[in-house]
Amino acid sequence: MPDPKTLLDQPAIEKALARMTTEILARNASRSRLAVVGIHTRGVVLAKRIHESLQEKCGASIPFGTLDITLYRDDFDTHGAKATVRATDIPFHLDGKDVILVDDVLFTGRTTRAALTELVDFGRPSTIQLAVLVDRGHRELPIQPDYVGARLDTHRGDSIRVRLAETDPAEEVVVIEGKSTS
Amino acid sequence: MSAAWTRRHLLGLEELSADEIRTVLDTAASFKEVSTRSIKKVPALRGKVVVNMFVEPSTRTKSSFTLAAMRLSADVLDFTPSTSSLSKGETLVDTAKNIEAMGIDFVVIRHPASGAPHMLSKVLRASVVNAGDGAHEHPTQGLLDIFTMREVKKRIEGLKVAIVGDLSYSRVARSNIWGLLKLGAEVIACGPSTLVPAAFKELGVRVSYNLDEIIGEVDVINLLRIQMERQKSNMFPSIREYARFFQINEERLKRAKPDVMIMHPGPMNRGVEISPEVADGERSVILKQVENGLAVRMAVLYLCSGAKEIPAAEESHADAGDQRR
Repeated sequence: MPDPKTLLDQPAIEKALARMTTEILARNASRSRLAVVGIHTRGVVLAKRIHESLQEKCGASIPFGTLDITLYRDDFDTHGAKATVRATDIPFHLDGKDVILVDDVLFTGRTTRAALTELVDFGRPSTIQLAVLVDRGHRELPIQPDYVGARLDTHRGDSIRVRLAETDPAEEVVVIEGKSTS
Repeated sequence: MSAAWTRRHLLGLEELSADEIRTVLDTAASFKEVSTRSIKKVPALRGKVVVNMFVEPSTRTKSSFTLAAMRLSADVLDFTPSTSSLSKGETLVDTAKNIEAMGIDFVVIRHPASGAPHMLSKVLRASVVNAGDGAHEHPTQGLLDIFTMREVKKRIEGLKVAIVGDLSYSRVARSNIWGLLKLGAEVIACGPSTLVPAAFKELGVRVSYNLDEIIGEVDVINLLRIQMERQKSNMFPSIREYARFFQINEERLKRAKPDVMIMHPGPMNRGVEISPEVADGERSVILKQVENGLAVRMAVLYLCSGAKEIPAAEESHADAGDQRR
């Protein structure tokens, strides 16, 4: 296996998140409608950071939730059940909210698709906006992000690892090159 | 992270490891939340078919399994023996194979014969879930009881649990005992000597014929139903006498720990094994048990459904965040 190549280091991740937060505030004038929802596992970590700086900048409390999309996956038949189902926790009414949905990597779009289906089971948000730290391309569904930390040019077989201080020993985004099939 | 689950069937707690039991409990904890949503349904088992094959009457277990399957978006087929070919002389295996030929994924079976679910699991491709077989096991009841104890007491290890009543024919007692002992609890089997076989000691439990002697030391009292019809067979002199020595009532509870949990798998005989004040009182978790039963059964259906299809290679990168597709 080739050595992992660092694409984003800790300062770059911090800068990217700060810019995304600014963009979120610029696009959402009605602060009282804002809500942040993270997708397990690292999407939740990033969502917490974005949520914190949004609250700081608004000076108001913003609802926060987490999603586990395991039960909404479309590859259940081929991949089978995952033994770990983490809790989905949406402790506020979604109706009429502008929801910032946060994930670490946007790839095929299938995770986002599952998250959208799950979110609308909780209510009818006014808008759902997608924020991702890394967009690595190769979409299989018509899904686009609204806020992107970094767009990375990858091969389909590459593996992108997002490591964050809260869950991993180091903070960085690395690529482990796979077979160049595309 | 929970241990991987590789079982296609849930036949009993006797064959599960402590880790497997914890996996079901942890998964059930996540599923509890689904029932609090405005749309109480997730698509995990969409397109799967669950057959309820209850060859013995049951209301709450069957309803609970039906609702659990529905909340996972599975379709449910009801198989009632009185209107079925079982009453026309067909064997259980033939009936089950015929139903399976229609393309079903789960058989939830309750049967008066111990071992009936095990037999079906050997001949069917579908997953078999034991909903009570004779006097042998009732694994989902055992799991929901343990889940409820863990939820309230925050632990199982070191808990002292009394199972009180008619244990000799009780599958609920056996499932509880196997599960609790594996997770490190201490179990006391308590009741009249005619209803508590001394053989229970071989399972690793303490046996007591005097409730008042042990009531002060236990954290949980799990009451079993006294089967009124058994009085005819002279297993105990009278309902009144049974109640005098073994009923949990306010008077007797004064000698128990102040935070003792009172459990009952239902259906209960108010005024026999439990007094109405205690059944409706603050130490009773009977309705919580029913609520948790739903989450536990969802977890069991979900885990057994996935087990048959996990290729070994897929698991290795299952927790890499970016590998989700």
